[in-house]
Amino acid sequence: MSTFRHSIEACIPALRRYGRALTRDAETADDLVQDTLVRALRSEHLFHGGDIRAWMFTILTNLNRNRLRSLSRRPSTSPLEDDDAADLAGPEAGGRDIERALALLVEDQRHALLLVVLEGLSYREVAEVQGVPIGTVMSRLARARAQVKAYLDGERPALRRVK
Amino acid sequence: MTDRHTPVTEDELHAYVDGELPADRRDAVEAWLASHQDDANLVAAWRAQAEKIRARYGAVANEPVPARLKPDQLLRNGRRWRTVAAAAAIAAFIVGGVAGWMARGASAAAPDALQTFSNEALAAHRLYIGEVRHPIEVGAAESHLLPWLSRRVGTPLRAPDLTAFDFKLLGGRLLPSASGPAALFMYESGSGERVTLYCSQLKEAPSGLRYSTADNFAAVHWVESDYGWVLSGPAEKSRLKGIAKAVYEQLENRAPPSKRSKAEPVMSQRGS
Repeated sequence: MSTFRHSIEACIPALRRYGRALTRDAETADDLVQDTLVRALRSEHLFHGGDIRAWMFTILTNLNRNRLRSLSRRPSTSPLEDDDAADLAGPEAGGRDIERALALLVEDQRHALLLVVLEGLSYREVAEVQGVPIGTVMSRLARARAQVKAYLDGERPALRRVK
Repeated sequence: MTDRHTPVTEDELHAYVDGELPADRRDAVEAWLASHQDDANLVAAWRAQAEKIRARYGAVANEPVPARLKPDQLLRNGRRWRTVAAAAAIAAFIVGGVAGWMARGASAAAPDALQTFSNEALAAHRLYIGEVRHPIEVGAAESHLLPWLSRRVGTPLRAPDLTAFDFKLLGGRLLPSASGPAALFMYESGSGERVTLYCSQLKEAPSGLRYSTADNFAAVHWVESDYGWVLSGPAEKSRLKGIAKAVYEQLENRAPPSKRSKAEPVMSQRGS
């Protein structure tokens, strides 16, 4: 197996983790990972060195944006209160709370927060993944943290645009 | 700058939590936290959030990888698509025989017609950028792409070269619009980001470049010589504006395909 393919394969567990946290749905997350892998594998000729992991996160982040934009056009309804949220929660205590807190963030903030705290990317790497200056990454991170804190502290979530 | 008594900013608190703070400020931040309980609470809350996120999702990375995500299998299924994606044929996209591209800021078109036009382009953008396998109808490598769309839209078309922005032409498709047949060109970056350029006849007064944004994406539209144009893409305004200006200038100047270096760093196109 080529080094390139091997490096890509080594990223799969982290991509699945990031995808799961982004979408909070195992099937959707693996669909995203699959599309990311297909795209990366067929773009070997476009990859000119550098950090394969950050590049893969970039692809997944962009595909997730594309997916959300596409969904935003479809007529859809969602309940204000999830009666079945408990079913979605993991076995860990507090799983439901952090999951819903993440769901309330706008996508760019969610991307930034998860890339930093879950995937351990540096601010500079996140800036490259998101295609914005580091200052923008930091303000997204700050807003994400403030909103998650407000939610966990018991503030009622603001009505959120469906996207 | 390394003064221990320089007030600590919120940015520094985040950087401290994330291990991004330069060593010479770490002690200052810790001293600050020892005497500022509110900030210490904030830092503790952010750390607790991070712990919760890792506790909730960290184990996913230890799950066995499903067979459908194995590269060998993906390569077997994904090969056919490769020829389209790899097509690097970049033409320039120009309305022939058109003068007067300089007419920026002329009187605006009737808002209704222009808004409808822009909405149609945005709807097409939203729909097709989400398509992984069938984002376009005809690939950039196929020689009939431009003659076909030119004939249907009613003006000679070429596609702008956006390689300076790391975007390659994927191809195009024909769409219905309220004002007649419309062409949609799709570009993709190496990392999967997509922008589209939409064009159709639009008998409205020429307008300057106008920016609009909705739902995390944005568009720049303008009208020239009875044709309307909409560039749709990422919501980062300065970046989209940069791309739109390049498109506009290439159309205006009727220049040959850009000779700009591909090595030009993409980051330089991005503002704040």
